Amino acid sequence: MSSRESLPRLDRRTALKWMLTATASIAVTDRVAAAVKHQAAEPAAKGYGTDPFMNQEYEPGAFWPLTMTDHQRRIAAALCGLLIPAEGDIPSAADLKVHDFIDEWISSPYPDQRGDREIVLSGLAWIDREANARFGAGFADLSHAQRCAIADDLCHAPDAKPEHAEGAKFFAKFRDLTTSGFFTTPVGMRDIGYVGNTPLIEFKGPPPEVLAKLGLA
Amino acid sequence: MPLITSDQVKSDYDVIVVGSGAAGGQTAYTLTMEGAKVLMLEAGRDYDPVQETPMFQTNGQAPLRGVATPDKHMGFHDATVDGGWQVPGEPYTNASDDPAKQFEWWRARMMGGRTNHWARHSLRNGPYDFKPRSRDGLGFDWPFTYEELAPWYDKVEMLVGVYGENEGLENTPDSSPGVLQPPPAPRAHELLAKKHMAPLGIPVIPIHRAVLTQRQDGERLAKILHPGNPKAQRILAQAMSERAACFWATPCGRGCAIRATYQSTTVHLPPALATGNLDLLPNAMVREVTLNAKGLADGVIYIDRITGTERRARARAVVLGASSCESVRVLLNSKSVRFPNGLANTTGLVGRYITDTVGASLSAQIPALESLPPHNQDGAGGLHVYSPWWLYKEQLRGDLGFARGYHIEFGGGRSMPGMGVGAGLERYTRGSYGLRLKEDARRYYGSFMFFSGRGEMIPNEGSFCELDPTVKDKWGVPVLRFHWHWSDHELRQAQHMEKTFTEIVEAMGGRVLGSNASRRRVSPDAPIEKGGRIIHEVGGAIMGDDPQKSVANQWCQTWDVPNLYLTDGATFPSNADKNPTITIMALAWRAGEHLLAEMKKGNF
Repeated sequence: MSSRESLPRLDRRTALKWMLTATASIAVTDRVAAAVKHQAAEPAAKGYGTDPFMNQEYEPGAFWPLTMTDHQRRIAAALCGLLIPAEGDIPSAADLKVHDFIDEWISSPYPDQRGDREIVLSGLAWIDREANARFGAGFADLSHAQRCAIADDLCHAPDAKPEHAEGAKFFAKFRDLTTSGFFTTPVGMRDIGYVGNTPLIEFKGPPPEVLAKLGLA
Repeated sequence: MPLITSDQVKSDYDVIVVGSGAAGGQTAYTLTMEGAKVLMLEAGRDYDPVQETPMFQTNGQAPLRGVATPDKHMGFHDATVDGGWQVPGEPYTNASDDPAKQFEWWRARMMGGRTNHWARHSLRNGPYDFKPRSRDGLGFDWPFTYEELAPWYDKVEMLVGVYGENEGLENTPDSSPGVLQPPPAPRAHELLAKKHMAPLGIPVIPIHRAVLTQRQDGERLAKILHPGNPKAQRILAQAMSERAACFWATPCGRGCAIRATYQSTTVHLPPALATGNLDLLPNAMVREVTLNAKGLADGVIYIDRITGTERRARARAVVLGASSCESVRVLLNSKSVRFPNGLANTTGLVGRYITDTVGASLSAQIPALESLPPHNQDGAGGLHVYSPWWLYKEQLRGDLGFARGYHIEFGGGRSMPGMGVGAGLERYTRGSYGLRLKEDARRYYGSFMFFSGRGEMIPNEGSFCELDPTVKDKWGVPVLRFHWHWSDHELRQAQHMEKTFTEIVEAMGGRVLGSNASRRRVSPDAPIEKGGRIIHEVGGAIMGDDPQKSVANQWCQTWDVPNLYLTDGATFPSNADKNPTITIMALAWRAGEHLLAEMKKGNF
């Protein structure tokens, strides 16, 4: 993967404008929704069309610019790292830049992803506000224990308190995007136990230990 | 591929073939191997599977993890170019706003058409399937028996390479000895399903798919397929030697760069081109078939999509293999004094009796499949086993409330992770994050399965297409307007599918998750998917014994215009639960031989 600096970005002016609204929104709660709505309504670029060249690798930003502000991106990276942390020599979702995939997702011009855009952007603002309210710092600047304290309240939406309902809905969506982003990387595919996509001379079917576990031996 | 441009089109072709997919590919192969000079017109662009197939690309290397979008309706890596449920600038319309009365039409605009991405399921129609009306009084019989078509099934299977096994089951024909390739070993979830379906009386056997599990013996097969034709034998043996056997990785829906699967672009067109008898013209959208003063077809008018200009091409005979509905559209747009309602349409039957396959599906989570030791389940890039219809006797007795059968396709397991992997687990785990989320993801990965029914629809008066009176495509050519009707036979059959799948999932100790979200039910309470969604549309110019009641004879030759043949699915008078492609190819080969014989006799 190339560094983030090489990924196509919004032009500086637009980014600056959004960053300012996002920064302002931390302090002024009632302006957050409006700011997010403004950003969510920004038209994204065109899609990849009906005849993209398929036999090639594409990184986030290859077809349309990423649109998260640096502030949003820091929160997203912190959440990715909390949801899928490093484990032994396996890097975290943040290490693998899964937040760039999530940025690609919410910056997409297609209707399905645009539906997720407002959930994610509102949610990032919500969780940052919650972090400020509880601990006096933005979510990206919290300690691991402080992040967990918030995540524990959001983890299972049906159990969430009414005041956490919006955050819990966002958390479930962001978790799904993070697992999808992580377990589709080469590292993530190995981690989840996918061992295919490699040529074999022969296909033998399941090994004996699998048949034994299924009672098919 | 070696191609020509409009300016290089010659004036002395024996046959023009419209379309380059299963029908056009097989027709051109049959004709050129026997020495006929052929011009093939393809509406889409050239497409080279060897260069373009994303064989080992992972979902993580595609935008949006490869998920389906309005630009690529079956995902980024699906081998469909400029196509899908809608093609930009080439609309079609529906007469009704009711989803239950609508038809959706999947098209591709590329060399090889839909053969590049199809599932490769190659199930022969059985003896009942050719005589359905004789059996239960509904629909139409075909003008020949299974036994009459069987030799061409054998030939096609030997040519394209089909894996499977002869099981000797009712209405599920065996191939001749030495024809099939060995089936792949079943996967873990396929074996588990088989174990639990047996007590329910549902057989699970190797499916037949057009994938090479071993290299073809080209020398042997070429002698059988082209007796007395040394040139054809040499060309075919060479072409077969250039195909590799499956290496048990990568999904077939992306196409196959090593040519292990059948697609027209890797199996039919290379040997046809090697004969020197085939001119291949891409970006040529045929608008109409032209007639001479004697009422015989003498060529086509097409739109050169590169220049946007109208061009003509001429030949002694014309074969339409543009896909059932596209061929129907060409006929309806070919109006003349002699045929004011469209070519070969003196009966008014062109466009009538379109059928698709009945589809319903269910997904499930199977606890027994959780936490299996990691092992490679890629296999042949598609299904290894399936369930053929098993209730023929009960159905004939009238016990089921619907007249025709379905087969079951099922799968899942440890396939390459894509969008949605590890998602939605809170319904089992009550939510997790951190290392526990990773444990949960590993536990549940591979424990999901889907079950899909693929059933026979009986042709009816309410399912047809016609020219839309006002809407035209971007070249000004009138488009099709569809009418759709599901009878109680299809609606009840889909309900039976859903009930059966629930029983299977429960027998496996699993949890039903609901109908597959990527599919479209016609309504929340009807499990049947919308017309066209299974992409098995056939009919529209059905064949028969009676020129008053059919458009074509048993040789796919139109009754009205003897040098005009229809070799795609348009002539199907019924649509068995068996996937139509292998039957299209068998019919096309048989029709091609008939056309050659007629030309030889000087009949046109």
